[in-house]
Order: sequence, then structure tokens, then C-alpha cells
Amino acid sequence: MESTININQDAEASSDKIQVVAFQLGNEEYAVDILKVQEINRLMTITRVPRAGEFIEGVVNLRGNIIPVINLHKKFNLAPAGEADDKRIIVFQFDEMKAGIIVDKVSEVLQINADNIEETVKVYTSIDAEIIKGIAKVDNRLLILLDLQKLLGIEVI
Amino acid sequence: MKMDMSQYLDVFLEESKEHLGSLNARLLELEKDPSDSSGLNEIFRAAHTLKGMSSTMGFDDVADLTHHMENVLADLKAGTLRVNSRVVDTLFQCFDRLQLMVDNIEKSGKGMMDNTDLISILGNIKSGNYEAAAVAEKELVVESKQNNPSLPGLGNEGHSFIFNDYDIAVFKEAISQEFLVQYLKVEVEQSCIMKAVRAFMVFKALEEEGEIVKSIPSAQDLDEGKFEGTFEIVYLTKNDINTVMEKVKHISEIKAVEIKELNLDSAPAEKPSGKQVQNTEESQGNSAELNSNKVQAHKVKQTVRVDIDRLDQLMNLVGELVMHKGRLEQIGATQKVSDLNETIEQIDRISTDLQSVVMKVRMVPIEQVFNRFPRMVRDLARDLGKEVDFLIEGKETELDRTVIDEIGDPLVHLLRNALDHGLESSQERVSKGKPVQGNVVLRARHEGNNIYIEVEDDGGGIDVRTILNKAVEKEMITAKEAEQLSKEEAIDLLFASGFSTAKNVTDVSGRGVGLDVVKTKIESLSGEIFVDSKPGLGTRFRIKLPLTLAIIQALMVAVKDEIYAIPLSSVDETTLITNEEIKMIQKQEVIMLRGNVLPLYRLTQLINVPGDFDRDEEMYVVVVRKGDRQIGLVVDTLIGQQEIVIKSLGRLFVGISGIAGAIVAGDGNVRLILDLNTLF
Repeated sequence: MESTININQDAEASSDKIQVVAFQLGNEEYAVDILKVQEINRLMTITRVPRAGEFIEGVVNLRGNIIPVINLHKKFNLAPAGEADDKRIIVFQFDEMKAGIIVDKVSEVLQINADNIEETVKVYTSIDAEIIKGIAKVDNRLLILLDLQKLLGIEVI
Repeated sequence: MKMDMSQYLDVFLEESKEHLGSLNARLLELEKDPSDSSGLNEIFRAAHTLKGMSSTMGFDDVADLTHHMENVLADLKAGTLRVNSRVVDTLFQCFDRLQLMVDNIEKSGKGMMDNTDLISILGNIKSGNYEAAAVAEKELVVESKQNNPSLPGLGNEGHSFIFNDYDIAVFKEAISQEFLVQYLKVEVEQSCIMKAVRAFMVFKALEEEGEIVKSIPSAQDLDEGKFEGTFEIVYLTKNDINTVMEKVKHISEIKAVEIKELNLDSAPAEKPSGKQVQNTEESQGNSAELNSNKVQAHKVKQTVRVDIDRLDQLMNLVGELVMHKGRLEQIGATQKVSDLNETIEQIDRISTDLQSVVMKVRMVPIEQVFNRFPRMVRDLARDLGKEVDFLIEGKETELDRTVIDEIGDPLVHLLRNALDHGLESSQERVSKGKPVQGNVVLRARHEGNNIYIEVEDDGGGIDVRTILNKAVEKEMITAKEAEQLSKEEAIDLLFASGFSTAKNVTDVSGRGVGLDVVKTKIESLSGEIFVDSKPGLGTRFRIKLPLTLAIIQALMVAVKDEIYAIPLSSVDETTLITNEEIKMIQKQEVIMLRGNVLPLYRLTQLINVPGDFDRDEEMYVVVVRKGDRQIGLVVDTLIGQQEIVIKSLGRLFVGISGIAGAIVAGDGNVRLILDLNTLF
């Protein structure tokens, strides 16, 4: 129960509501805090990095900066779905470090009430729970909130 | 008048370091050859300039210490003091302290430090010989009075004042009103208990009929008794020297007084008195004067100091330019417009020039790093009880700034190794019939696009047997493996982590962290390290480094759909082979290349390129060098040679093996640079 309370408190500090970018991975809906998102790009050529960790898709050139791209499909064991044209790379920034994630489709920007965020432990028991902050209920949809900081901590080599 | 000096701080630090560097080097020379008067002049000049700068900047402790150093140096110059090991050691200690203070100023902006210990030693050195010095000085005063009344005897010791324009203006004004500008040096009896009181009485007596403009130490320090028996004063009065002399001499417990008239009209560079009227900006004139009877050692070049960040920025911009030039070339090649191609050629020429200019700007002589070694070697040799002749060659060799900053520590390691492990003890050398004095040479030179730095000693050489025994003992290899290793492979074990052959662990080296750290560091600079050793004759460590790390020439190769860059500096040649030429030796593919066996590695397998593994009838082999070995790298296609701007892969990929970095290719895609040191 404790972590639920913590999440709520965090959210309260930022006026009860957080804004997130919602996107699809396979048939599931995910979301990340919009404040950490730098930009959303169309899919570009990704250069494979040999001997990198299996969740690293490769690197891309973002206006002269070289940015790693993380493949969450592999991490969560999801099959890619949707149109190729809808695929995007969401680039986020954390502590001066930039990385991108490939998503099947970016749906929308949402406001989520902190009260509607559920603790993860109840739902997930797998190790993936580490990089999941919580589950947000919006109307009838369930959004999986990702913890970007933990995401960057995954093994890349 | 209080000025904000912070804007000059950087300049002060830079110049202080330069002067400290030259101070250090000259001290070492002086120690070797005590009769070297030009060296002494240089030391004096460096100390003097330091003093001037630091007092201008308000770092009084630095100024104070250099002032006392200068006193001793002046006596050395005058010949009233002899250069001996005690003096040199003290000067080295002072130098260390100055270095420490300058470092502190750099770190915290404060240079405060209690130097009374050193100052009292300096005082003792000086006063230990005081009587002779005093006699010599008095004689000179008398002599010069007869010769040239307007230019009273300076002694051979210049005074310690530094006058700025304002001071000089005051003096001129005073002279125009028929005042005399006098310099007094007053010595209080050594036995005097209340020196401050005597100083006060001198001041009081003088100020009855004149004005004290300046004093060293400051009036406040004098009041508090913070001085070593002597103090110096600049005094404006209408009385002549003899009257003033009488006045001061009437005060009890005053041991000696020296008075001179300061002559402001003399040009600084021509007469010795010029030293009296100068500030830091004039130090070049001063140096010319000091060196006038010697060949001028250091020519002063016109330079501008530039923040290294700005140079990095410039380099980045040139990098971008080169990248886009590559892109233009690609467009030109596909579009086949002749006008465009001509323009591209022009741009190519200009950008190549621009790049070489920017690279040259970033080049720094390796002297910066080397300069601190003679002192280190001297101290080490002393600690180890060995006699060492340390020789530096090619210190003017220039290297990219980024490399310079990193190369110091590895070299320290290697030099320590040479002294501690390389050179035998004195007894051992004698018993082997070698000269007692060991030789250590540090050498730098250019060769093509690389720079070689060598550390060579004429010690006992590396004993392969000892290495193998040690490795077996440490369970790094088995006894059986040890028998099979070649000499080179055995020596390579030195670079394995946790290895140390020193029989005794000393505080100099032998903690077993030395050479593997050196190797890692050198490799992180895209360099290589080699060892040659001849038993009984010595050991040589050779470091090969690229001139710059930012823009390099690379060979672009393709395997399946992927394109990689191989630094051209590691490529020996490329060749086309057929399947039949490949032989198998112990499950390893090899080919014979002009009589040499060349092991083959397939890039597709090394980096697990996805897709089926197919065997072509013909294939390209890139012959690359890894250390002393040659390796054949099988690739699908050779794309060509290209200039590339290296970019980091970022923090996420730190430590990844086989990949040295990335580039953005002309088509905007990212390509990876293979790291041959870690690929295999």
C-alpha cells in the first residue's frame, strides 16, 4: 500500500494531475511523462550497434547528435502491431542523457488524475515491473506508465 | 585604490605556471652546473616576475616568499653566496610551496599560506654569509660613489621594489620639487628583541623631514614585527644621503644602513638601476638586459591566449563542415554536374586547409608535460638511492591538446617503472661493469600521422623467466602454458591487471596497478604501447599515439547491409583473396600473405551481422595491425577512404567492445567505427 500513497503524494505536489504522452506498443497502451519527452520523430534509419544489449535497437542521428534507441517490444516481449507509417521514435531526455523508444503509434496527450494511478505491484509480478511506475485508468482504458529513469538504467551492453 | 583583479586571474595563473616551469627547469640546471650564471639570471628573473605579478594581484604570501627567494638569489648572483646543495634544496622547497599556492589560487582563488618556515631558512642562508656580503656591498657603495655620484652603488643586489606608473609619476613630481628619491635598506641587530619598535623609530625619524612612499615589508607588517631583520624603504626627502644616514644611525640597535639615490632617468634596459624602475610589463626588457652577455635563450613570440572551449567549438564546427562536404561530394558524384564538382573541389581544398589550421592551433608542445619530469626523476632517484642521468629529447614535438591532457599519468607510471624496476641498484650496476649512473631517456617524435613517445632505460632488461614465474604464482597462467608462451607473449603479461614483478613493493611503484592502467589509458586515446627489452642492456616502452582524436582518415567497408569505418592508421593494406587460398590451422582460418601466415577473421561473425552466412568465391581482406600482430579482416566490399569526424556514442554505451565511436555519414546515417584493440 505504501507505494500507492507515495505516487499520490508525488502527484499532489504537481497539482494532482500529470500530463502524459500515450502510445501503443503491440496491443497495449503505454504512457510517459510529457515533461521528459523532447520530441516525437518519424521512424528513421537505425544503425545497429553490434555487441550491444538485446533491448538496444541501435543508434540514430538526430541533427548531428547520436542517440540510442531502445526496443521495448523486446523488453516486454510484445509483437509489433499497426501500420508501418504510424511508427514513431519518442525521444526523451533524462539528466542530460537522451534516448529514444520505438512505438507502434502515438495516440494522444492526456491529463491523468493522480488518484487514478494504480500501484504496479498488484498488477505485475514480473521483473518488468521495475521500469513501470503505475497503471493509469482513463475512462475505460488502462495506460501503463513508464519510469524513464529506470528505463535508461537497463543493461545496454 | 582597489581594483577588481579577477579578470586578470587567468592570465596570472597561466603566466605563473610558465614562470614556475622555467624556475624548475633552471633550478635543475643550476644544480648540475652551479657556475651557470645565465641559469641563475633566469631563475632570478622568473622569481622577480612572479613576485611582481603576485603582489599586483594581491597574493601577498606568494610575493613575500618570492621576495625572500630573490634576496638569496641576488646574493648568489653577486657571488657572495655559493650555490650548494642546501641552497638548491631550499630553493626547490620554495618552488614546491609556490606551486602549491598557485594551485590553491587556481582552485579557490586564495593563495594564503604560512611560509615563515621557508622564509626563516632563506634568512638563515642569507645571514649565514651576511658579513661577507655586507663588506662586499659597502665596498661597492664607496666605489660607485666615487665613480658616479648620480648613480649610487647598487651593490650587486637589486632592491625588491616594483614601481608602477603612478609611483614613477609621484617620484618625478617629487624630483621636480627638488626632493631626492632615496632607497634605504636597514638592518636591525640580530639580537634585537623589539624589532618592530626599531622599525617604527626609523620611520618616525625619517618622516620628520620627508615622506616614506613605500616599504617592504609593508608598514603594517613592520609594525607587527613580521620581518627578518631587514627592511627596505623608498624615501622622499630634501636631505642628502649622508644626513639621512646619520639620522638613522643614531637609532640604537641598527646594525647597518645602506642608502642609494634612485635614478629615474636611466633607461630600464641599459643600466642595472633599470631594475629598480620597472613593473611586470617591462620584464621582457629586463630579461634582455639579464641575458645581454649571453645568447638570448628564449625568443618571445606574439601570442594570444584563447579559451580551450572556444577551440573545441571551432573544431566541432569544422567537423560539421567536413561532414557536409562529404555529403556534397556524394551529391556531386551522383548528379554529375561539372560546375558543382568544381565548386566542391574548391570547398574541399579550403576545408582541408581550414582543418589543418585549426588542428595546428590546438597543437601544444609536449614540453608542457615533459617539463615536470626532470624534477620528479631527480626526487625519485634520490629516494631510491640511484644515480640517474635523465635525458629528454624532442620536447618541442606537438600534440593535440586533448592528448596532452591525458598523457601525463601514463608517462609518470612508465618513468617510475624505469627508475624503480628498470634500473638496477648502484651496487648491481658496478658489479656488472656498467657505469654507476643509469640512463633514462624520454623521447618524443613525429612519424607520419602519429607521434611516438619512448621511455628507455639502460637497466637490466625484462627477465622473461621472472615474469612467467610470477604469472604462474599468481595463477594467471598454468606452468604448462608458461612453457609455451613466446617472449613477446610473456612480456605482454606485464600489462595484465594485478601484475607486479618488483621483488619489494616500494612506495614508488609495484602496487601491481601500473602497466595495465597505462595500457588502458593509451588505448582509450586510440594509441598503442609496445615493449622492447634486451636482457642486461635495458628496456624501452614505446607509445604510439594519433596526432589528433577529432578528425581521422578511415577506410569504409561494408558487410551485408552494414557499413563500418576502420581507422586508416591501423590498416596496412587491402587485398583480394579467393576461397582456395584459405587454409585451416587449429580451427583458425589463415592465408599466406607474401610468405607470412595471416590469421583471418570474418567481420560478419565478429559482430554478428544478422542474415545467412554465405561463402563467396572471392573476398576482400583488410590487413590491420593490432599491436605488433597483423590480422586479416574479411569484409564484403571496400567502399573507400574518407575523412571522418568522430563522435562519442554517449554514456549508455561506455565500455562496449569492438566499437570506438560513431560518425554521421554524408547521407545522414550513423556509421560505427571499429575498435581493433577490442574487436578480436
